[in-house]
Amino acid sequence: MRTIGDRRYEAQDVGPADRVPDGEGSPVGRRIVLGMLGLGALGVAVGSRVQSGIETALRPVTQNDPTGLSSFLPTGGGFRIYSVTPTMPSVTTADWSLTVDGMVDTPLDVSYRALLERPQAEVTHDFQCVTGWRVPDVPWVGVRVADLLDEAGVREGATHLRLYSFDGVYTESLTLDQAGREDVLVAHRMLGAPVTREHGGPVRLFVAPMYGYKSLKWLDRIEVVDQLVPGYWEERGYDIDAWVGGSNGRQGDEPTS
Amino acid sequence: MSDVTASPSAGEAGATAAGAAAGLPRFTAAERALHWSVAVLLGTAAITGFVLYYGPVAELVGRRILVRDVHVWTGIASPVPVVLAYAGRWRDEVRRDVRRLARWSRADRRWVLSRGREATAEVGKFNGGQKANAAFIAGVIPIMIVTGSIMRWYEPFPLDWRTGATFVHDWTAVATWLVVVGHVLFALSRPPALRSMLTGRMSRAYAKDHHPQWDEVTVSES
Repeated sequence: MRTIGDRRYEAQDVGPADRVPDGEGSPVGRRIVLGMLGLGALGVAVGSRVQSGIETALRPVTQNDPTGLSSFLPTGGGFRIYSVTPTMPSVTTADWSLTVDGMVDTPLDVSYRALLERPQAEVTHDFQCVTGWRVPDVPWVGVRVADLLDEAGVREGATHLRLYSFDGVYTESLTLDQAGREDVLVAHRMLGAPVTREHGGPVRLFVAPMYGYKSLKWLDRIEVVDQLVPGYWEERGYDIDAWVGGSNGRQGDEPTS
Repeated sequence: MSDVTASPSAGEAGATAAGAAAGLPRFTAAERALHWSVAVLLGTAAITGFVLYYGPVAELVGRRILVRDVHVWTGIASPVPVVLAYAGRWRDEVRRDVRRLARWSRADRRWVLSRGREATAEVGKFNGGQKANAAFIAGVIPIMIVTGSIMRWYEPFPLDWRTGATFVHDWTAVATWLVVVGHVLFALSRPPALRSMLTGRMSRAYAKDHHPQWDEVTVSES
């Protein structure tokens, strides 16, 4: 037998009889590819159900990870950043103000400083996206939408809110009843710090019991109206009443509020 | 890149320095073009995907729709070089190497399970790791295109599918990053192998040592 290079041939259970010319042998490559495609299809079918299990299982790792590497894993504990415009809008706290107008007795123009001087509400809830990810126990601080509406004075006949993002494109809708809940905030702090630009800062909406698309980012206007005007995603097929676990065909999600 | 054809006899034992530098013909120009164009497309898709996915970087880069479009279209384009590689008279060698990559001997399996320590004398033109890498990438491309398309053009699909597709796309992306980083590190730590994908040729000494059953080695020795 030939010695090859400076390596000695070490036959144990593989000998020359197991040697096959290149291009012969078992079609393992095809099996790997087909196996991956099968797993991929299975993952699409059941992914929405197994994802939360994986997130729960990995939580002990992702929450006590000194290296920070687990932040690159697609598990809970991380927000996904979605925006519908080419760039994330940018407004400083000095330039930001919130308009409350439409069917109100006294339209409001609330500066960032004035917002912080109002009575504050603090709530902590899971944040659930309609595409499946969920961030547990996110603390929020802000002013209740209900308080702002009380101050402006909602006129007879009004039924809904239209909420506007200063990205110029995104809008949302709420009924007055939904907006009156204690866990619906004009939020300026989340996760123990001012709301960052990527999370919709300086000020965004937080609607605790509903999927994330209701919690409009980069909020700058609340209009009181007398009819439902569907929001950005609602025009694109999402449910208008976006209760977590009770809408959008996602009965498996545990309610967030 | 030139595509000189070396006759196997040009590099017999005790070859001249020039002969040794030329080495054995390992990859045709078409194969190298296939490899590097897929590398550029998938690499761009991987990097833009990371930008979309990782918030702090996304904020730094901005231009989200541009980044998204680059991501989507480089990903969708990644099978095009494969189609082209099979479209011309250069297809024969491509097909032969794809077959070499796809077929495994028992020795290949043992080589992989022992992480390259055993059955080294049985390795042919491609070792088990190279075969596994090729099969993995071949599987990743359709998975990412299908799940990514569901995420991008979600309207006809039930929300459940969109969630499932997001789940598969994300985890496959993590696995692909690990595999590709591994692939690049292996290449950088084995310059003769990397050089063969750049110049098409592999030094005879390296080939004898690492690919002893490759027919270019065995034919020229007998």
